[in-house]
Amino acid sequence: MSNDVLVLAERINDRISLVSSELCNIGRKLADEKSGSLIALLLGGAGTKDLAKGLIALGADKVIVAETEILAGYNNAAYTQVVDTAYKEISPAIFLVGCTSVGRDIAPRIAFRNGTSFANDCTELSLEDGMLAAVRPVYAGNALSHVRSKTEAATASIRMKAFSLADEDKSRIGEMGEISVSIEAGALRTSYIETKQVEAEGVRLEDAEYVVSGGRGLGGAENFEQLEKLAKLLKAAVGASRAAVDAGWAPTHMQVGQTGKIVSPMLYIAVGISGAMQHMVGAGPSKNIVAINTDPDAPIFQRARYGIVGDYKKVIPALTEKFEKLLKN
Amino acid sequence: MDIIVCVKQVLDHDIPPRDFKVDEENLTVVPPANVSPVISNFDEYAIEEAILLKEAHGGKITVLTVGGNSAKDLLKKCLAMGCDEAVLLQDEAFEGSDPFGVARILAGAVKKLGTFDIILCGRISSDLSQGATALALAEALDIPSASQLIKIEVNGDTFRCERVLEDGEEVVEIMTPCLLTVSNEINNPRLPSVKGILMASRKQIPTWGTSEVDVDAATVGAAGSTLELTRLYKPDLSGNCEFIEADSLEEAANKLGDRLREDKII
Repeated sequence: MSNDVLVLAERINDRISLVSSELCNIGRKLADEKSGSLIALLLGGAGTKDLAKGLIALGADKVIVAETEILAGYNNAAYTQVVDTAYKEISPAIFLVGCTSVGRDIAPRIAFRNGTSFANDCTELSLEDGMLAAVRPVYAGNALSHVRSKTEAATASIRMKAFSLADEDKSRIGEMGEISVSIEAGALRTSYIETKQVEAEGVRLEDAEYVVSGGRGLGGAENFEQLEKLAKLLKAAVGASRAAVDAGWAPTHMQVGQTGKIVSPMLYIAVGISGAMQHMVGAGPSKNIVAINTDPDAPIFQRARYGIVGDYKKVIPALTEKFEKLLKN
Repeated sequence: MDIIVCVKQVLDHDIPPRDFKVDEENLTVVPPANVSPVISNFDEYAIEEAILLKEAHGGKITVLTVGGNSAKDLLKKCLAMGCDEAVLLQDEAFEGSDPFGVARILAGAVKKLGTFDIILCGRISSDLSQGATALALAEALDIPSASQLIKIEVNGDTFRCERVLEDGEEVVEIMTPCLLTVSNEINNPRLPSVKGILMASRKQIPTWGTSEVDVDAATVGAAGSTLELTRLYKPDLSGNCEFIEADSLEEAANKLGDRLREDKII
């Protein structure tokens, strides 16, 4: 086993994903503490090599690229095979991925296959006596657990937005390497067909400065219109709780929560949302939460900076009007 | 179509946060009195999907769980919903297993059951949220997997599946035998029928331990676990909410706007 830290960076269309930057940042710190190198791995189709250079600016000492058509779309069998080849070549002390639909689909396989520990969805990482230690929210955020790897080699996935981004330094120098991929599509038992990307109307939830979110308390799909009016004014994204999505009032990609999106706006306006722990996993990183709910005991108020107890049907139109005035000035 | 569903018994995820208690000394969660354990949330969708597949294509559904005696109630519920058989995997040696240990036990049980077409699991457990057991099980059995699915279509021995992503959906094809994990968008789990409950009450649920399941005892249980829990506590979540009060809600909204402007949030 080396002292190196290996991170699995990800490509989203023509850019490196933000969680890759978080991975490089925490990976750099851990590699320095271990006196090892930070090695970043990037897989993808055409153009991946060019993008991969950006990982050196984010702190990687070495970048390993696998660029081939079969990796253009995500395929668990193909990706696992390539990542495992790189893993075995480097034999890292620590392997980190983002807790994304790609990272959490690969890391448990790599960890199990190579006999390492695995900690999912970590919000903090450190070394304790040379072993990887992590903080993980459990019971949908009702409790925090601190865990320590019992195996010397450790694997972990990090929660998006839980770590700060790496400072980009374009003058950094590093080594570029390649991994040759010899996978025959016919030999794989899974194949990638296509991605249906949902283009968010207006502002993307993950990037929004303001989010207006509705829950079970809205009472119906048609009532999201009131929120949309307020959102338009604030250039905000509209979100929903899982209860609202399960009821069919809002589409899946609007869901904020443990299995939906994690948002970190300046202001999160929660309307008719009780604040179940799994929702707060997604809304928790918001800098300020305003809650509007008829139930004064709703847990959302424990997390809010300001609260109004009452019917949102009266509050939201008045608030929209008020914001209209404020934003004119 | 032979389907195996793996489920986990967890603390009821719907209990209010104020009833959620942690014994920090013993690093455990204290279940509130009179609250029975439930099937982990996403696993219920796996059970429902198995029943839907069986209704459309015929076959047999076997449910597996690793746990104590109380897990039998959960298995009864799965049978009452429409599953055919259930096996409880219980042994002192299994206690304290981490997800990888559970995967090894499940793999041993799957091998004992013989052939199967698909294994269905929930995408992540609602208690420890490791999301590792299912994928490690696929790894242990050397079968392909597709995770967090919102749609499964059968085309002979190939399945066309849709995975939910951060920003859309991805379509993949996978050959059987395979392991699939499901997300909550995939279906609406049914409640057991009265007839189902009656039928389930008459069914025997066998228990398999280390003498029935071929597994290396050193790689399961607390000793085989790869993570050590060093602390468990409730996070401090008091946001010191300021309730905006006024004679009318319209006025309260007005005041809220002013406060947000003073704070330079708007």
